[in-house]
Amino acid sequence: MATKPTPRVRLPASVKAGELIEIKTLISHDMENGQRKDASGATVPRKIINKFTAAFNGKTVFEADWNPAISANPYQSFFYKAQESGEFTFTWKDDDGSDYVTTNKLTVA
Amino acid sequence: MDLNSVRTTRRETLGLAAIASLAALLAPRMAVADEGAVAAEIKKLYGDKKFDSGKLRLDVPEIAENGLVVPVNVEVESPMTEADHVKAVHVFADGNPQPGVVSYRFTPACGKAAASTRMRLAQTQNIVCIAEMSDGRLYMAKSNVKVTIGGCGG
Repeated sequence: MATKPTPRVRLPASVKAGELIEIKTLISHDMENGQRKDASGATVPRKIINKFTAAFNGKTVFEADWNPAISANPYQSFFYKAQESGEFTFTWKDDDGSDYVTTNKLTVA
Repeated sequence: MDLNSVRTTRRETLGLAAIASLAALLAPRMAVADEGAVAAEIKKLYGDKKFDSGKLRLDVPEIAENGLVVPVNVEVESPMTEADHVKAVHVFADGNPQPGVVSYRFTPACGKAAASTRMRLAQTQNIVCIAEMSDGRLYMAKSNVKVTIGGCGG
């Protein structure tokens, strides 16, 4: 991994109650699929983010299990129906056991 | 053999070329999943259950110029209520080294059962998508993607 994975999340800052919003996420990560060979012919070991979770006020709303077929710098978008103000927690789980976590506030007007 | 320090003769060059082409012939082809592997994965999840068509929309390009980054968008028609919502959506690719691409789990809080990501495709192949509803109904959608440059890194 060249750089530390940096998560980026885009969601509207303020929404109306009952509004359907699209949440777009992106994280920088090589997503090494375990198929590639390096210059000496040795297989580069697999190292991907295998799970993405979105929780709102501690309750899981959306999950994605990623396989090696997911592109590098994985993008994920999904929808959420805003009901109340609160905080999103987005978690990316790496094969090596580390978690990349970011939080975003959502204000319902 | 160090090609930089030793001047190769014509004969050696030809010999090397022959060895290289022979090696290419004998090298095992990249292991690739097939329709059987996708069917096996689906069977592992849902047994012999029947799949309906409709409700589920799988959005993939007809032609992908770069197999490393192929957008894949799924959308399922559903009211997304506690009683009737989409539980899970799985995406498989039958021409990749491993059949699985992504598995989503939705909740009624999502409001809309749709998600997009980007996948790697090693070659031209079929994408199979399965949606599981909260009442156990299953839907299937299939689409072929022509890949100009494979994205397997090999």
